[in-house]
Amino acid sequence: MADYALKIRRFDPESGEPAYWQEFNVELEPERSVLDGILQVRGDQDGSLGIRCSCQAAICGSCGVKINGRSRLACNTQLGEAAERAKDGAIVVEPMGNMPVLKDLIVDMDAVHWKKVQRVVPWLLPDGPPPEREYIVPAESMIDITQSMACIHCGACVSACLSLEVDPEFIGPAALAKAYRFVGDPRDGQTEQRLKDLAEDPHGIYDCTHCFQCVEVCPKDVAPMDQIMRLRRRATDDFEIKDGNNGYGHEQAFVRIIEKWGTLHEGQMPVRSFGQGSMVRGQTDPNAVRQLVDSAGTAVNTLKKVGPRKVLFHHKLPDQKNVRRIFKEIESKDERLELNLYIVGEDAEE
Amino acid sequence: MKLAYWPGCVSRGFTPELHGAVAKVAPKLDLELVELDRANCCGAGVIAEHNQELADTLNARTFAMAQGVEGAAGMMNICSTCQGAQSECQERLDADTAYREHINGNLDAEGLTYERDGAWWNKNFLWLLVEDIGLDALKEKVVRPLEGLRIAPFYGCYIVRPSKRLGFADHPERDTYLEQVIATLGGDPVAYAGSHKCCGFPVITMNKETSLRQAGRHMADAVDAGADCVVTPCPLCHLNLDLQQPDAARYVERDLDMPVLHFPQIVGLALGLEPKELGMNKHVVSTRDVQRKVAALAAA
Repeated sequence: MADYALKIRRFDPESGEPAYWQEFNVELEPERSVLDGILQVRGDQDGSLGIRCSCQAAICGSCGVKINGRSRLACNTQLGEAAERAKDGAIVVEPMGNMPVLKDLIVDMDAVHWKKVQRVVPWLLPDGPPPEREYIVPAESMIDITQSMACIHCGACVSACLSLEVDPEFIGPAALAKAYRFVGDPRDGQTEQRLKDLAEDPHGIYDCTHCFQCVEVCPKDVAPMDQIMRLRRRATDDFEIKDGNNGYGHEQAFVRIIEKWGTLHEGQMPVRSFGQGSMVRGQTDPNAVRQLVDSAGTAVNTLKKVGPRKVLFHHKLPDQKNVRRIFKEIESKDERLELNLYIVGEDAEE
Repeated sequence: MKLAYWPGCVSRGFTPELHGAVAKVAPKLDLELVELDRANCCGAGVIAEHNQELADTLNARTFAMAQGVEGAAGMMNICSTCQGAQSECQERLDADTAYREHINGNLDAEGLTYERDGAWWNKNFLWLLVEDIGLDALKEKVVRPLEGLRIAPFYGCYIVRPSKRLGFADHPERDTYLEQVIATLGGDPVAYAGSHKCCGFPVITMNKETSLRQAGRHMADAVDAGADCVVTPCPLCHLNLDLQQPDAARYVERDLDMPVLHFPQIVGLALGLEPKELGMNKHVVSTRDVQRKVAALAAA
């Protein structure tokens, strides 16, 4: 047994008082969970402490909180480990972020998480009349979506998402991972419409900033950001959806620039991105020109900083033909090769 | 120490002062850099998003070139994004022998092969400085302690997450190295909300508002925490935090005027190099107040 100090964020909406910190001491074995600690506080010291929990085995996804600033399941975090990471001796426990607090450690999952999940139409939309019996699909065609199916809707990724922090309308990591679960399902008949919807939404797949927070905090290794990248890959490469957010343009711009020069020609990135990958379209399409004008301040600062030569010209790599050959060979294959370590695991070989 | 050196695209593009600063700092730290001038872009996550096999092949090509540098201790990069994008590819290449052989097959025409070797590494200059040069050795080389300079660290997502891929199991303090180095150089590391958050650069062309609200908010937090400057090991972060800062200020509706230095620049300052040699006159947000403070240190 050891003593642990829990510094818990308290809030009672009916009191009219602002949120405050309260410290409690519990005595438990180090391998017991932070949730065990919270429940001991609620049982022995303050019955009014609000926490949502059920299975206590990292299955139900109810007890998401922030522990020492990091979003996680309270039942899946050992007291000993949390104490080691505690900065000032006390394990800091707060409600999750990016969602309104209802009471103490309980956040309003309905107002944010579940609303966003609803937004992506989280059910199968098959084409044509239903079969007489069940839908039959080859097992291997479902493997790709098993990772997104592992989500337990704890909200840890929603809590940690840095895009949501500045754009509350972002559909967010959990809902987009759920969207991939249906986009990748061979029985679904609305794949292209789903992708078009998520690509055209200004708060959809192109509003993710690649920050890896969701990958870092997910207790089930769903890697929501990886699922968002899969959605982008399908949207741009399988359906060539030329969205109004420059998602398609940005990818095409980047890829074609590296194919041509080997390293990034930054001067062409904005123009090509605004022009669906094309330099000509980027300077003639009215929508692209409007965006270029809007970026004029940055363009002027760039010119002042690095000079016109660096903006307008770029050197090819000495043996760029080898890079081009790689692009040509791999992009001409009928199927994209993808190694998902979640599914295949690592080699045992040393 | 001899190193295969991958400078990345942006350090030779829109942040040339970073490439120049590393060239000045390396000899002071007895680093012999063999620049990989035939190597290609890491893909910055975008090529992997487009086609994973393509990204893995391109980075395996870079690794193979680095492994071919005779006598090199490893490969050094100077960009958080290169670190993250390359580590992601390396993780897949190292995890699966059949996959690695397949990817190496794409390099046959060039006679290149990436060999899995537990002792071979690709490290950002920040990691290399702490783990392979060491803070004690660095401290001995400091001739101008940055006393009184309040420096706010900004890591860049790709160098801190996901921690499992980025070797935190063996090096659990990698997300505190900037603070450690700042303190070793004699400066005051500033704690503020944005240090480990996202600069927003990856979506600058796709959602400018999200992108610049992020950049602006972090710079505002650094201002409120009383920082003299921000320092980052990521030139892509530098683009959003410095080059875009005048625009970002509009999105958060406040004055920012926060100088943003490249990580090798603060190391150079403490090692006695002059701000101009380190390209500090090349930034969009003026670094003159930092330069003035450094000049006062030199006079002291």
